[in-house]
Amino acid sequence: MENRRKKQSRLRDIWRQLKKSKLSVVALIVLCLIILVAILAPVLAPYHYAQQNAKLKNAPPSAQHLLGNDRLGRDILSRLIWGSRQSLQMGVLAVAIAAVVGILIGSVAGYYGGWVDNLSMRLLDIYQAIPMFLLSVSLAAIMGPSLKNAIIALGVGTVPGYARIMRASVLTVREKEYVEASRAINASNARIIFKHIVPNAIGPLIVQITMGVGSCILAGSALSYIGLGAQPPIPEWGAMIADARGVMRQYPTHALYPGICVMISVLACNLLGDGLRDALDPRLKN
Amino acid sequence: MADTLLDIRNLAVQYQTDDATIYAVNNINLAIRQGETIGIVGETGAGKTTIAKSIMRILPNPQGKIVSGEIRFKDQNLLDLPEKEMQKVRGNQIAMIFQDPMTALNPIETVGYQIAEAIRRHNKITQAEADRRACDMLETVGIPMDRFGEYPHQFSGGMKQRVVIAMALACNPELLLADEPTTALDVTIQAQVLDMMRSLKEKFKTSVMLITHDLGVVAEFCETVAVTYSGEIVERGTVEHIFDNPQHPYTLGLFGSLPKLDTKDRRLKPIKGMMPDPTNLPIGCRFRDRCPDAIEACAAAPPDVETEPGHIVKCVRAKEKGGAAV
Amino acid sequence: MLRYIIKRLLLLIPVLLGISLVVLILIDFTPGDPARMMLGAQASQEQVDALREELGLNDPLPVRYGRFLWGVVNGDFGTSLMTKRPVIDEMLERFPYTLTLVTIGTIFSVFLGIPIGIYAATRRHTWKDNAAIFFALIAVSMPSFWFALLLIRFFAVQLDWLPYAGVETWRGWVLPCGAMALGISALIARQVRSDMLEVLRQDYITTARAKGLSEQKVTYRHALKNAMIPVIMVIGGVFGSSLGGSLITEMIFSIPGLGQYIMTALNNRDYPVIQSGILIISTMFAIIILIVDVIFALVDPRIRSQYTKAKRKEGKQHGKQTEEAVEAA
Repeated sequence: MENRRKKQSRLRDIWRQLKKSKLSVVALIVLCLIILVAILAPVLAPYHYAQQNAKLKNAPPSAQHLLGNDRLGRDILSRLIWGSRQSLQMGVLAVAIAAVVGILIGSVAGYYGGWVDNLSMRLLDIYQAIPMFLLSVSLAAIMGPSLKNAIIALGVGTVPGYARIMRASVLTVREKEYVEASRAINASNARIIFKHIVPNAIGPLIVQITMGVGSCILAGSALSYIGLGAQPPIPEWGAMIADARGVMRQYPTHALYPGICVMISVLACNLLGDGLRDALDPRLKN
Repeated sequence: MADTLLDIRNLAVQYQTDDATIYAVNNINLAIRQGETIGIVGETGAGKTTIAKSIMRILPNPQGKIVSGEIRFKDQNLLDLPEKEMQKVRGNQIAMIFQDPMTALNPIETVGYQIAEAIRRHNKITQAEADRRACDMLETVGIPMDRFGEYPHQFSGGMKQRVVIAMALACNPELLLADEPTTALDVTIQAQVLDMMRSLKEKFKTSVMLITHDLGVVAEFCETVAVTYSGEIVERGTVEHIFDNPQHPYTLGLFGSLPKLDTKDRRLKPIKGMMPDPTNLPIGCRFRDRCPDAIEACAAAPPDVETEPGHIVKCVRAKEKGGAAV
Repeated sequence: MLRYIIKRLLLLIPVLLGISLVVLILIDFTPGDPARMMLGAQASQEQVDALREELGLNDPLPVRYGRFLWGVVNGDFGTSLMTKRPVIDEMLERFPYTLTLVTIGTIFSVFLGIPIGIYAATRRHTWKDNAAIFFALIAVSMPSFWFALLLIRFFAVQLDWLPYAGVETWRGWVLPCGAMALGISALIARQVRSDMLEVLRQDYITTARAKGLSEQKVTYRHALKNAMIPVIMVIGGVFGSSLGGSLITEMIFSIPGLGQYIMTALNNRDYPVIQSGILIISTMFAIIILIVDVIFALVDPRIRSQYTKAKRKEGKQHGKQTEEAVEAA
């Protein structure tokens, strides 16, 4: 009870700090809007993403098709709206995989220390010796091109960062009195880790997670661009850019719009991450 | 006065944060004579360090602002000097020692370089000559000069503070501002550093402004004392005035909260309450809420009262007791 | 120092062993038969089986791993299943392209990013700082391949100033290096700014000001030098990971570099290339990180003394003696 109240007041505190930065608030609103668009895509999109219209190939914007039509005569706006689903999934699910695995590895390594710590850190060394994007591309290519595989590849590729931050954070929390206290009353290790250590050590990860969503959207769009993400006709922003490559000369806007969508989403994540970092550590601002 | 080295008049300093203005120093008057050692006493947040940083004009930018007053150093107002001219004063005529020697030195330059840098800045000499003088300075503060090429992390806290002192005294300044130079050190090292400062002060004939919250250090080291409270000087006078005949209730309170060896009292008498919030200062006497002798007249701004020659107290009740307003 | 470098190189060996094992296992789980890929769909099952036997694909994992390692030790990184050429030859042929791209891109980014970072940090909270840092944020949020396409559309198609693909002349390098530099320079600028702000808050900066040093000297000699330590690490990391991450840029601009080579191999399940390619790129990555660490140690005396522990102990003892001597005096 006491713990929960403390957590709530801490959240309120972060929010109070975050509110001070207008950019962060705007970023948060933009992110919420993108999420809303993704959820409501079937309602919001004027057409189905795969609906082709042979008469309207590469048609300019019109009242019926606000952003025009692509090379197969599909409504670009609708495809952008539907595409938000794939891009967001890539960002959120990949980070979820990475964060969960990373938190597990990091907290176990940090909590137990000794050879467990040593072994997991050496394994992470191996992991991180492969450049992250190369690793993700290789994984995605080996598993075969699909949205699911791209998400797994991105998630697996970014685990080490989360694990290391978590471990460092756990190392400082581990020595705190309340952990000592629960050890003294003979609480199980699992209980100590999940009840006391993880919730208290997770702070530094929040920023990493927020920015991670952005960088996974970015890397995900790159995977889709080289054909390793969402498969046609399902729209994804990176894949839409790849699709528009052929008509780049005559219709540059076809590639322009999806790129702007990626940029705005990633920018919002980065701004919110920056804001959260300042809110969590107000010292940095002055 | 002809031999006045530094004269601070009506100095007021504010810090601007995101949502509040901190009134750190409020209309302070203070003079330091040539060769004098003055102690500035007060608790954390009373504005001591701000006074020193204002003299050096190294307040955090852009948050810290000197809003009014003047700081006359040998007949020129430091606050009017252009930044270029001020740089020639800093480290040359006025030097400062900082509170925490652990963080006051650049970790990736040798201590020798950091001392020689100050010397070269203010003297037209060769690098070799500056290095030689820096070595001399190291020896002066009791560090063998073969450690010239070592880095700060290779020194202990006490040794680092010696380096900082060497750096401050390298150009033989006329005024040394020492901001709690011993607070961060072990007690035994504290005594060593203080002894060394005393002998250096005599050797170089430097005036010293010693900022501290340690009354013992003041009694030992200083000739005059200024007691600060909530950004104001509430009492100033010679060491004898302050220690033998303290007038301001806050000064009395400070002495009451010190352990004494010569009385039977087992209990210390802490001052009740807290210093007022510097973002929201009360009108009138700032000590009123904590003062055991407060009267209604304390709701108005207290006058400066001279209770004996050179002993000035900022308290309306001192006037009742026969002091003359200044 | 030399001992430290040797120690680090030795520590690299288990890491690289681990990488090659992981890659081998991954390929093992991969759907799709390389022999079938090589022979095409029309080939009979007997032909495929025969080729599998010939390539040694039917041997158990430890045997294949041992064979691979034995080859690497003898300088044999295998032969591409597609081109039938030794992997190491093709890698060496392609490496200069990737290295040129990444090096020029990074150098360009350093010269762009560091001044912007300093500019913003020294004008903190002014509109100039806000503008610089906002543009940097936009730049890191942009998909680099998209930016590359925009560059091509504008400079190669619209203005016809530069070629849109191929690097036969120096003009061909301008756009790919520019595309590469955008995100990296913004990343560096952000890092420089935040590290500079962190350092400018330190007490020793106040000390430097109190010495009467000019603002110039405080910024460059005292603040920048300290702030560069983490920045060097970021630059090294970005440089290293770009070696593996330049593949999209290479594909867009038709640069025959490592990234393209590996990408083709991935698509064709050319497993000797995948295996050796990832191993070689990771080795280079690790060596770059090592170089960064050495630079680190050269700049930061605190780290330097950690590596020369014997000497440090001596120094400490020395310090103690002096302290005692002082106390005695």
